[in-house]
Amino acid sequence: MTWLASNLRLLGRYPSAVAGLVVILVLVATAIYAVVSMPLTEAINLWRGGEGLWQDTPRNAAPAWLNLFRREKLPVTQVLDSRNLPAGKKVEDLGDGLTEIRIVLPFEFNYDGFPQEVGVFTYATFRQARPHATMRWVTPDGREIPVVDSSLRSSDQFRLSQDSRLTRRLRNQPADVGLFADPNATTPRPLKGTYQLVVEGLVFEEGADIDVKLVVYGQLHGLAGTDHRRRDLMLALLWGTPIALIMGFVAAVGASLSTMLIAAIGTWYGGWVDGLIQRITELNLILPVLPILIMIGTLYSRSLVVIMGLFVLLSVFSGGIKTYRAIFLQVKESPYIESARSYSASNMRIVFRYMIPRVLPVLIPQFVTLIPSFVFLEATLSVLGLGDPLLPTWGKVLWEAEANGAVFNGHYYWILAPSVLLLLTGLGFSMLGFTLDRVFNPRLRGL
Amino acid sequence: MAVSEAPSIQSSAPTAAGGTSGVWRVVRYAATRLVSLFLTTVVGVYLTILIANMGGHVDEIRRATIREELGTFIGMSQQYAHLTPSQRRELVEQLAQVEFRRLGLDQPFIVRSFRYLSNALVLNLGRAEQLTSDSGSSLVRLIILERLAPTLLLTGSAFLILFFVSVFAALALSRNYGGVLDRLAVALAPLSAAPSWFYGLFLILIFAALLRWLPFGGMVDAPPPPTRWGYFVSLVKHLILPVGSIVLSGIFVGIYSWRTFFLIYSSEDYVDMARAKGLSPRVIERRYILRPSLPFIVTSFALSLITLWGGSIILEQVFNWPGLGRLFYAAVQFFDTPIIVGNTIVYAYLLAITVFVLDFVYALVDPRVKVGGSEGRSV
Repeated sequence: MTWLASNLRLLGRYPSAVAGLVVILVLVATAIYAVVSMPLTEAINLWRGGEGLWQDTPRNAAPAWLNLFRREKLPVTQVLDSRNLPAGKKVEDLGDGLTEIRIVLPFEFNYDGFPQEVGVFTYATFRQARPHATMRWVTPDGREIPVVDSSLRSSDQFRLSQDSRLTRRLRNQPADVGLFADPNATTPRPLKGTYQLVVEGLVFEEGADIDVKLVVYGQLHGLAGTDHRRRDLMLALLWGTPIALIMGFVAAVGASLSTMLIAAIGTWYGGWVDGLIQRITELNLILPVLPILIMIGTLYSRSLVVIMGLFVLLSVFSGGIKTYRAIFLQVKESPYIESARSYSASNMRIVFRYMIPRVLPVLIPQFVTLIPSFVFLEATLSVLGLGDPLLPTWGKVLWEAEANGAVFNGHYYWILAPSVLLLLTGLGFSMLGFTLDRVFNPRLRGL
Repeated sequence: MAVSEAPSIQSSAPTAAGGTSGVWRVVRYAATRLVSLFLTTVVGVYLTILIANMGGHVDEIRRATIREELGTFIGMSQQYAHLTPSQRRELVEQLAQVEFRRLGLDQPFIVRSFRYLSNALVLNLGRAEQLTSDSGSSLVRLIILERLAPTLLLTGSAFLILFFVSVFAALALSRNYGGVLDRLAVALAPLSAAPSWFYGLFLILIFAALLRWLPFGGMVDAPPPPTRWGYFVSLVKHLILPVGSIVLSGIFVGIYSWRTFFLIYSSEDYVDMARAKGLSPRVIERRYILRPSLPFIVTSFALSLITLWGGSIILEQVFNWPGLGRLFYAAVQFFDTPIIVGNTIVYAYLLAITVFVLDFVYALVDPRVKVGGSEGRSV
């Protein structure tokens, strides 16, 4: 263990190793935060995004911190729910079981850009007679625009921006522009100040009630923005971290350890064992990997664990085995192995206690450098349509962005966030790995 | 990376040592090697056939598809409107049987799998089941040939740039070991952790979306420029980004590993000895460093060269490049066995021939290599 300690101390002298370690530690901390803050099942449920789960977030919105760098501030989403604002709700009994419910939802709008969309969601409780509601939009300069006049079901959505009659009334501007535009400006410019949505509802039964939620969708959202299905990308970026790290680590350990073990056994026993391993390796060079993965994905399971496991299995019998074989062939002839034989050590003892420990210094850097390739492999599998159907991963975010034309439509944040994380992970591990290689590998020491 | 797997071949390489026994040994070695390579190819191709058909599972999918298509066709057709449902079902079954016989689906999969194998081994690639070439042919040979040129253009030019730039840059760096450029190369090496398609996304974002200098993808403008010169310019324009991303993803680690490789060779005792003798650096580099590392360079070159076959599936997808990689991907998705098998058999043969020839090239360029020598020089 002393050589390990001294080697680690040596590592501190390389700035790239220190930088790599810092990146890795930050990633591990993020991963721990993700796992602690939200259980996996909840993350999966949110990411699958059932009906109504992502009602209050805009579509394809860039991250909100972009406003820090802009002179013209773009709006972020405002959600006003009468269930959370009891002060704005007045109930008046008109007799005959008739009740008037008046809801006022006021909000400040001080941005230089128009919102992306305006939506009103109503929630009504009643037994038989459907309540009726009229809604007016009150602008800061006192204009009143009727927006909704309708009887309500138990839950209704009014997407004002898609209401073509409203658009016509607003002089052919969709609601997100028309409701906010300054009437005196020649080019459309939002009017700043306090807006109100006034809802006047009539319910016809004892105990019936109406609640209203107004969502003014912003053009920016959260720390990471949202995707085409209104999902907050932060979720996938956060939860992608533990998935990427665990997968990279486990796959790299599995691949490098089993490659080394098989190479050691092959070289020690020689003869037909060695021949068989060599033939399998040659065979594996010919076999097309992609159809194998697709076959397993179609017939068996698309789970990331299965696909990655298979890939690790296939990568065990590849070039690496030949490199280890070359090293083990040298080790096998060393005098200390001969002395082990002379006291009739068993074959397994020689392989596990004498040959493998000798090669471990070569293994450690290789294994660290392998991690990023498996992290990127997940992204590659997603690109090929073999990604895990459930898990929120960086690769899937990246590929959905690519598939939905993020580059063409200018949603650069959507591509940049997962790519930067992938690249950072790759850089962190390979910076550490390359330095470890120089420290642990005596032939490279000082190069 | 092929660079690191290359040296293994030498462990079982022959020698061209003189005398009749030497010749006999070489012939015997060549024969056993050929047989073993051929057997590996046969087994590999047969496994590919099983895999491409999902062990015969694809047959059921295809039978069901044929029945369904015939069913809809007859159901929609005016001509058969007077038939009763049971008559119609009978007709569908009859026509389906004809179609099965035409496609060979009436025979069990095991029988057909061996026919696939024997046809593949004599390079009789046959006809594709679903896909066609752009000129409309369904001959696998023509489909592959049509896609071969774009793939070779893309991966070939990227590979040549990558290989020669990294070897020569590495040589220059190993000469100025410890300099600013050398340390920069070491520091940049981790950038190669990302695959080429990943860099492709970035390059598209910068040069196509933001700056609008280069096209997003494809091979030539649509419609293709009429003049030869215009076509060439458009081709080069479309080539820059994909080639750039392959080169970007490989160049840093390429330079780093070749540099380390040359440094290891230049720290051998005989190089110190040559220096002590006062030989000029040029001579030392040519005779004492490049000469002994030549077998490794040749192997690495040859083995990477054949991996160009097949192209890069995802990169071609990202750049919409009409190459073999995308063909293969499409074939896998349509379960188009003849194309998958055709692609694999050509690759297997190229690999086997290269490995076989390399054994002998080794003996020619490296006089230290012995028959069956398993001293296993590590690199």
